Amino acid sequence: MPTSLIEGSSLLALDIGSTTTRASYFDVVDGRYRFIAVGQSPTTAAAPVNDLGQGVRQAITDLEVLIGRRLMDDDKHLILPAQAEGTGVDNLVSILSAGPAIKTVVFGLLSEVSLESVQKLAHSTYLRLVDVIGMNDKRQTHEQVDAILRQMPDLILISGGTEGGASHTMKKILEVVGLACYLLPEDKRPAVLYAGNQELADEVKASFEKLVPTLHFSPNIRPSLEIENLEPAEKELASMYPKIRQRQMMGVEELSALSGGKLFPTSFAQGRMIRFLSNISEKATMNVDLGASSTTVSGAMGGRLSLNVFPHFGLGEPLSGLLRHTTIEEAMQWLPIDISADIVRDYMYTKAMYPATIPATPEELAIEQSLARQILYLAVRQALGNLPKARPPRAGLMPNFDPIFASGSVFAAAPTLGQSLLMLLDAIQPTGFSTFILDQGNLLGILGAAAECNTLLPIHVIESGAFINLGAVISPLSNAGAGTPILRARLTYDNGEETMVEAKQGSIEIIPLVVGRTGNLRLEPVGRTDAGIGYGRAYRVDGVQGSALGVVIDARGRPLRLPSDAARRRELLKKWLWTVGG
Amino acid sequence: MLAPVTHIIPLTTIIRTRMLPTAGTIQVRSGDKVAPADVVAETTIAREHILIDVAHALGVPPAKADRLIKCSRGDKLAKNAVIARSDGIIPRSVKTPREGRVVAIGGGQLMLEVGETPFELRAGYPGIVAQIIENRGIVIQTTGALVQGIWGNGRMEYGLMINLAEQPNHVLQPADVDVSLRGSIILAGHVGDEKVFRNATDLPIRGMILGSMAPSLVPLAMQMKYPILVIEGLGRRNMNMAAHKLLTTNEKREVAVNAEPFDRYAGTRPEVVIPLPVAQEPPLPRDLEAFAPGLIVRLLRNPRQGAVGTLEVVRSVPVILPNGIKAMCADVRLESNEQLVVPLVNLEVLG
Repeated sequence: MPTSLIEGSSLLALDIGSTTTRASYFDVVDGRYRFIAVGQSPTTAAAPVNDLGQGVRQAITDLEVLIGRRLMDDDKHLILPAQAEGTGVDNLVSILSAGPAIKTVVFGLLSEVSLESVQKLAHSTYLRLVDVIGMNDKRQTHEQVDAILRQMPDLILISGGTEGGASHTMKKILEVVGLACYLLPEDKRPAVLYAGNQELADEVKASFEKLVPTLHFSPNIRPSLEIENLEPAEKELASMYPKIRQRQMMGVEELSALSGGKLFPTSFAQGRMIRFLSNISEKATMNVDLGASSTTVSGAMGGRLSLNVFPHFGLGEPLSGLLRHTTIEEAMQWLPIDISADIVRDYMYTKAMYPATIPATPEELAIEQSLARQILYLAVRQALGNLPKARPPRAGLMPNFDPIFASGSVFAAAPTLGQSLLMLLDAIQPTGFSTFILDQGNLLGILGAAAECNTLLPIHVIESGAFINLGAVISPLSNAGAGTPILRARLTYDNGEETMVEAKQGSIEIIPLVVGRTGNLRLEPVGRTDAGIGYGRAYRVDGVQGSALGVVIDARGRPLRLPSDAARRRELLKKWLWTVGG
Repeated sequence: MLAPVTHIIPLTTIIRTRMLPTAGTIQVRSGDKVAPADVVAETTIAREHILIDVAHALGVPPAKADRLIKCSRGDKLAKNAVIARSDGIIPRSVKTPREGRVVAIGGGQLMLEVGETPFELRAGYPGIVAQIIENRGIVIQTTGALVQGIWGNGRMEYGLMINLAEQPNHVLQPADVDVSLRGSIILAGHVGDEKVFRNATDLPIRGMILGSMAPSLVPLAMQMKYPILVIEGLGRRNMNMAAHKLLTTNEKREVAVNAEPFDRYAGTRPEVVIPLPVAQEPPLPRDLEAFAPGLIVRLLRNPRQGAVGTLEVVRSVPVILPNGIKAMCADVRLESNEQLVVPLVNLEVLG
């Protein structure tokens, strides 16, 4: 058991997901922070327990066994801070994504200005929009009020009005919100975030302070027609999140108090970490998190973060509604084996009813991985318009991100790391040079939360190899016919040896580069190929790190087009799977 | 590890809360005996509001309009009742467009709640009123068999259960729904044809307890006026042996079908209650279990989805499944005597 070298250094991080609660322990080893172990338990936010505290205590108990250290006293209370006799922990942070998506009504004025911005704000965390009301809404005031009363939202987000602009229409909006809140039973009134024209903030405070349980303010998210400023509002929304959740779920209040306010929505904490990593690497960085109840796609570049949470895309309960967003044929197109549509449909409904279950047969694993590809593909495409663009690729393609982090049990628990990478490549369809990092322990969000009390810890943990480097992927763009050489890649290993590969259009090629080794990679387009920095331009990537798969050239084309003939398609999918190690 | 529990119990004590959607009047007292059709509480629900801009109608400033409004919050007004009248030689008046109740006044406007309809809360189960929740509802206690399902269309009914599912793999055909079933609650296997629901509406019947249902029928099932409760899930699958045995041995008994939707967070689940007389109060169902040898479990996923067996061993180290996934598992002996290694997360305890 490592001992702390720095006073107040050990950290317990709780990650309460919709199906699993994880308790991760960090401490100092040899002068640097390390991830030590993780304990797990099913999340107990839902019936019959209805108290997430029980799952938390169980996960901590599991962790205590692993690390051989008592973290709780005999009454199962966390020992905080650590005691001289070697029990307890110095700091606690928590992230939370469990619970049904928060029912939200958004208000704004113009649909392409404040209404668009407030919807982006809503997509930064686990919210479900149940109504969108703007100045062009055809409904009369009382109809809008009735709509809110029917929906009984947990949260209302108000935007609209540029700074110094007219306030009359905003007052009409506030009237609707005020009337609806007034007419709702006191225990059903929503939390309100005001992020509109600041001239009205005092008026909003006077009208709403005693009316609603939680009232927050943020700077105007659309101070002028040209400027969008979501970041302060996203932060404010993250701080409201535990307050809204504690009205819905037992145990949140206690957890929030124990965490000393360091309880964040998981998506927010992940986003914070992605922005931090983007800032230090000065590269466009991306994270995808495919969970049971939602999918998060976040991207950061130049200090700008785009957070996109999709509660209608997930590998659990949202599966029952997936066919509202895609067809069964599209959901099945990634299946390498012949399975009927009825079986896939049955699978989706069963998984929606039992989101914590896992595939136990090869057929069910194939279905789960096919659905995961389609869900992530849809989420990434929906997020595309919001993601910061490093270098505009061809219209509709993914901008270049490097690195790309991925989390979610479908990737983390896949039988091989090759399967994890192939799912990600099929769904994200990156362009240029990207390093794929698997966040097997769901650490990214935890580190984002930990940064609140310890800025050194995330850097040390990332450098310690707690994440799995899946591979360095080059995705060249070319219009050449299938089988035509489009890229030559030469990898010079750190011992001076060289390997050269010529990638043909439509293929996946792998140059092994094992963990612990490094190499310099020279990429030479053949013909009219864009290997990442423009058509026909060669370049070098020095210091490529060894990884699970090594250097992967995904020359299958962008967008990736699968054969329409089912038998041919299945053969091709099997071939690709075989190439990445089965 | 904590295990999810589904109740399939031949005899237990059942305690259920019945709540009004809004505050209202409770019609029973603690200790009263109630039948399923008894009205235990009442309220009124208004689904619409009308905002009347008095200031605009009278052409006066809002503050003055507030002074001219003659009614107060809470007043019930008939249609065409005068809300406000202006001063002057030719006074103008503002009248109610519909009958309603004043719920808000201010800023020269008045909001009227209209379309009030009475709501009656029925007991739903036969039993004793164990507790009164002031203005909101009651707690009923009863004894009998309890079978929990997985999907429901939100309706509730009580009636005689007629069994058509001789085997767990039974499929209910439209022609099977004949006049002999009028007014009954049908126990059947799988439904894959929408005509089954339409024929049942024409009779009519009081409810359906099904093993499974085609996913495509969900929208239609939601429209049916009678409760539809699914035991196993959506898609073609057999009713589990434990539920099948318990339900079929109780055929031709009065049963309460509460087909409320399964909501993990609200803790609601569709269920069938078969009231049974007892000499001594049986124990309450156990809502929490930890996986342990001897428990009766159901497999939630393939292989053998829906099969019931006995948990023999909880493995202490993860097992690699045939598909390569590593998971904590248990050895389960099925009723057919087949032994399987099953991930713990794919099991639920029956009991």
